[in-house]
Amino acid sequence: MKKFCAAVVAALLLPGSLWAACAYDNQVEIKSLSAGFQAWKSVTDAMAECGNFQAELDQEFRDKQVEAFAANPSLYHIGGVSNSTLVPLVNNNLVRPLDDLVAQHGGQLSENQLIRQNGQVVAIAMMVNAQHLMYRQDILDDLGIAEPANYEEVLAAAAKIADAGVVDYPLGATWKTGFNIALDFVNLFLGEGQSLINDDLSPSINNETGMYVLETMDRLKRYMDPEILVSDSTYVQQQFQQGKIAMANLWASRAAAMDDEAESQVVGLVTMASAPMGSVRPASTLWWDGTVIASNITDEEAEAAFRLIMEGMDREMVQANNDDAIWIIDGFVPGKSAEGAFATAANGAAPYPASTEFGIIFNALGNGLAAYITGEKDAATTLADIENEYLVGAKEAGLIQ
Amino acid sequence: MKFKVFAAFAGPSLLLMLIFIAVPLVNVFLQSFQNTQSIFETVEIETCTPGFGTQTCITESETRPVLGEDGRVLEKTIFVGWESYRNILRPDQAWEAVKQLNWSALMAIDFWKALRFTLTFTLISLPLVIGLGLVIAVAVNNLAKSIRGQVIFVSLLPFIITPVIGALSIRWLFIGDGILTVLLEWWLQMDIAMFAQAWTIELMMLFYRVWHVAPFAFVVFYAGLQTVNNDTLESAIIDGASRFERLRYVVIPHLMPLIIFVSLIHLMDSYRVFEEIVGFSSQAHVISLQWLTYDFLVPDESGNRSISRASASSMLTMIGIVIILIPLLRKTWNDHRARVL
Repeated sequence: MKKFCAAVVAALLLPGSLWAACAYDNQVEIKSLSAGFQAWKSVTDAMAECGNFQAELDQEFRDKQVEAFAANPSLYHIGGVSNSTLVPLVNNNLVRPLDDLVAQHGGQLSENQLIRQNGQVVAIAMMVNAQHLMYRQDILDDLGIAEPANYEEVLAAAAKIADAGVVDYPLGATWKTGFNIALDFVNLFLGEGQSLINDDLSPSINNETGMYVLETMDRLKRYMDPEILVSDSTYVQQQFQQGKIAMANLWASRAAAMDDEAESQVVGLVTMASAPMGSVRPASTLWWDGTVIASNITDEEAEAAFRLIMEGMDREMVQANNDDAIWIIDGFVPGKSAEGAFATAANGAAPYPASTEFGIIFNALGNGLAAYITGEKDAATTLADIENEYLVGAKEAGLIQ
Repeated sequence: MKFKVFAAFAGPSLLLMLIFIAVPLVNVFLQSFQNTQSIFETVEIETCTPGFGTQTCITESETRPVLGEDGRVLEKTIFVGWESYRNILRPDQAWEAVKQLNWSALMAIDFWKALRFTLTFTLISLPLVIGLGLVIAVAVNNLAKSIRGQVIFVSLLPFIITPVIGALSIRWLFIGDGILTVLLEWWLQMDIAMFAQAWTIELMMLFYRVWHVAPFAFVVFYAGLQTVNNDTLESAIIDGASRFERLRYVVIPHLMPLIIFVSLIHLMDSYRVFEEIVGFSSQAHVISLQWLTYDFLVPDESGNRSISRASASSMLTMIGIVIILIPLLRKTWNDHRARVL
């Protein structure tokens, strides 16, 4: 028992003694609110080394971030955002322009990390992310299938894999109702080079492209788990790791997990490739994640928060956690897990088109697409209902009259 | 009782009810007829975002809210009348579907789909909860005194579990190749996907809710059983009443006020079914009225919330609860009058 206690005490002390790698001692109480995936954990852990820092990691952070930052003083000093969640913060004037702080303390930052709007730095990016194709190299090799480059080839490969019966389901997908399935629709739609919303803010999905996307989804569905509408990124990742699926479009930030020997039974067997091409672009969107600083805090707190961010996003953190993400911080060595995302970007994938109106159509897609997948509604009705839902939402928000 | 004494006793709770129930209710009622919007403008903005290696800067026109002098978004509140209610109920579309007796067209509207589930869920779980609660109560009442305490404790456990946690545990038992799904597959020798269609999800929800709430009914009935008049029971035995007849003609009439009480509570609770939807992430197949309200209220990716529709939706839920309670309330009122007269 004594030994056990000693071990526990040592384990508790270790992070403090071994990893207190912070260059200075932070004196100002700083709090942050961000998503909870591994990259954020690595960054906030590195910030915590400086002391007086409290991180809240919450996958549902977007539900409270705007309200929390609107309080005066703001409930958090640092916010973790992505390209979509930055929109409401900037719209409500809740983030601080960072140009002065960047000039003062941001020597380590590269131009690529600075998110600018009309020349002003509003956020500091740390990583990029994209969904791309992952497939089981061994299965495709055995069946003599070449790397699928578009969805026709994905479907052909899936048919062969289904015939061979080597896995439970040839395809996996992040089609959980809500965010996940909406994003997959958007990916396919943008891959056709079309835009979901016209310049006059009217919706434009009930058309040929929309029908094509739904048809493609319907064809893909036949090779998927029947519980596909509750399948999120973690679920697909686990299906891959347990050898139940052979191909899926999945986030680059999940790629390293395929080779994690503690969890995965398919170590070294999953190849990262570009997202399948649509007629114009890859069916994927490019995302970034980064940090903002609240506007409703004192200058002193803002400076302390910025210094913490610089400490959390430094070279040492990246070197210690190289495979957690595709960092855009100096010191990152792109490994195998970054190949798919780079290929997707190189093929010309579009950035996720975040905006106020896009949030509304995205929400309508997330709620409305399931009815088509379950067979409750046909394609035309589904698309018309989603457009209608968008119009109601946009009108309520005051975007259109 | 003097009015002063009565006021001193009732005053604080009346005041709290006013602050925490009446004021929010009036507020929500008003908000359901109003809509607060930001004022938008279209501006040219140059946005630079990171790419894989190189930064991309694009200039495009973007719609964004106008900021006032104090740095806050300019908003205006307009009276919209019944519009939010119309947007939820879609009366024209629904009436069209009813006229054509087209069930699936009616179910294509979120509200009616949610109402359908909420009502079936409420009405099916009610007799199950009452029945099961009664059975456990009678069974425990007949147990030897020495083990009663332990049995009561164990039967109460499901009620103590936080609803969302309970729902999540059921989900994990059944989702994908969860252990119970695997067990069922082995037993029935077929491939089972519990989360792939609505009816299996609804079954799991019913099972979960009955499992969760029956202990509450049990405890209330068990307490009632302690006050059953023993003389009446003994004379029933002498009259040759069987066990079932004693239950039917002595025990249940005695428990009737409690059964009505449990029914009232259960109807109110299960009409607001919500935890099951979130816990099972069943939005694709099954939604409830309370979940609709929640969905309107939660900000989307870009921070938009539909406060007006959420308010209208909660008003509709409240009206629904009142309607569903009317038969029971009338019965209680009639019994009360009969006793007074």
